[in-house]
Amino acid sequence: MQNFDYIRVKSKDELSELLDKQNKEIKLLSGGTDLIPQLREGKKDIEIIVDVKNINEMNELSFDNTLGLYIGAAVSCLNICQDVKVKTMYPGLIDAISLIGGVQIQGRASVGGNLCNSSPAADSIPALIVHKSICIIESKDGIREVPVEQFCTGPGKNVLNKNEFLAGIRVPKVDPEFGAAYLRFIPRNEMDIAVVGVGASVEIKEGHITTARLALGAVDATPRYFDDVFEPLLGMAINDENLDRILDDIGQSISTRINPITDMRGSAEQRKHLSKVLTKRTLLKAIERASNQQEVN
Amino acid sequence: MNMKKFIQTSINNERVEFICEPRDSLLSILRENLRLTGTKEGCNNGNCGACNVIIDGVLVNSCLVLAVEVEGKKIETIEGLAGKDDLHPIQNAFLEEAALQCGICTPGFIIATKNLLDINPNPTEQEIRKSLAGNLCRCTGYDKIVRAVIDVAKISNNKGDE
Ligand SMILES: Cc1cc2nc3c(=O)[nH]c(=O)nc-3n(C[C@H](O)[C@H](O)[C@H](O)COP(=O)(O)OP(=O)(O)OC[C@H]3O[C@@H](n4cnc5c(N)ncnc54)[C@H](O)[C@@H]3O)c2cc1C
Ligand code: FES
Ligand code: FES
Repeated sequence: MQNFDYIRVKSKDELSELLDKQNKEIKLLSGGTDLIPQLREGKKDIEIIVDVKNINEMNELSFDNTLGLYIGAAVSCLNICQDVKVKTMYPGLIDAISLIGGVQIQGRASVGGNLCNSSPAADSIPALIVHKSICIIESKDGIREVPVEQFCTGPGKNVLNKNEFLAGIRVPKVDPEFGAAYLRFIPRNEMDIAVVGVGASVEIKEGHITTARLALGAVDATPRYFDDVFEPLLGMAINDENLDRILDDIGQSISTRINPITDMRGSAEQRKHLSKVLTKRTLLKAIERASNQQEVN
Repeated sequence: MNMKKFIQTSINNERVEFICEPRDSLLSILRENLRLTGTKEGCNNGNCGACNVIIDGVLVNSCLVLAVEVEGKKIETIEGLAGKDDLHPIQNAFLEEAALQCGICTPGFIIATKNLLDINPNPTEQEIRKSLAGNLCRCTGYDKIVRAVIDVAKISNNKGDE
């Protein structure tokens, strides 16, 4: 592996200070499940690795009745998936986060790292987008907030400036009317990168769809958010006999608006087809969750 | 620039100290400096599980951990499982079921099994298969491994009932 120095920081202030002063090539280390293989392959020219896992505030996983869920950037997928509150209130997030690697990866990988690695196929990102999540970005200059759908700017690229770091992610509180889901297609059942991943969320009031969000991964240079394809769904009754056809149409329309690549995991054609099928299935699952949720309440 | 770091940690309940460079993986330090060669290197990129160890109760791939990260941690490796005179029940079950051929994946599977049974002493076959999905075996076809895990869970649970 290439040579680099290692620094462990204990607080966000220490981290901001260090990022502000340094003119060397720095990379932050959370679980290392993306970064360490990249260092080994010599893909990154890095002089200093700063370990952020030991910062208490970045390991915070908490829920507040008005603000919703806060996921510190370094919290592991394992800790999120074991949290009873997240499991019951945010099953659509668990869908995605529980898919990241096997047990050995889950214990190390963080959602912050999944976001900051900014892979177009990162599983957590479409799920975070349909939950209207916000990235909390910090630096010596202060705090700024960026919606997750605006965070990635290209494969491996994001809006973070050199002196900034991701402190955490805020996922707004969800109402009983809300339901979300994430589905992906991979060649194996476990341990692979998405060929296509789809996140969807809906809100249902008195049996009618009032809002819907859709985000897709691995179909373009960044995870894609679609905020406008839902007009045909809005106001529709969930038992309407046309629902099935309209979901097919939405899937069809999505498949024409993405720019997938052909690689070893699948062809562009296959990705378009999968986007269509998974868009429908994920929306149906989100609708089902929103309706079940209301029966419980 | 002198980048050597001095690390104090605990491995299989013994205090261990070593010197490493930041770029050394825990796997390479275990095998090459500390001569704990039970932990194996398969892929060196997180995909095969041959290098599994447990750190502070969490199963990890030691090829994806920098050795400098384990300062003050508690590490369990395959060498810590057997007693002075007997094998660990998981090791016995693997032998009984002939759940290995070349054996390079075996320490990883056994450590992953230990982690599973520590958390869930009574797993279903599906839970076993899912939690071992991060461990690859090129020889056995997995069935015998899964059978060994089912056996050992049964034996430990029966003991618990007595
Ligand atoms: C075998 C295997 C299977 C995998 N399976 C999947 C999968 O199914 N789905 C999936 O999406 N991914 C998968 N991954 C990729 C990886 O595990 C995830 O992307 C993981 O969430 C990364 O988190 P981490 O904490 O390990 O990140 P790290 O590797 O520590 O960091 C990733 C990147 O983010 C930067 N970074 C980390 N934290 C911060 C911060 N707070 N502020 C700014 N920058 C930061 C780092 O500098 C680095 O560039 C897999 C990886 C492996 C090895
Ligand atoms: S050697 Fe570590 S996972 Fe394969
Ligand atoms: S026994 Fe040979 S790889 Fe599993």
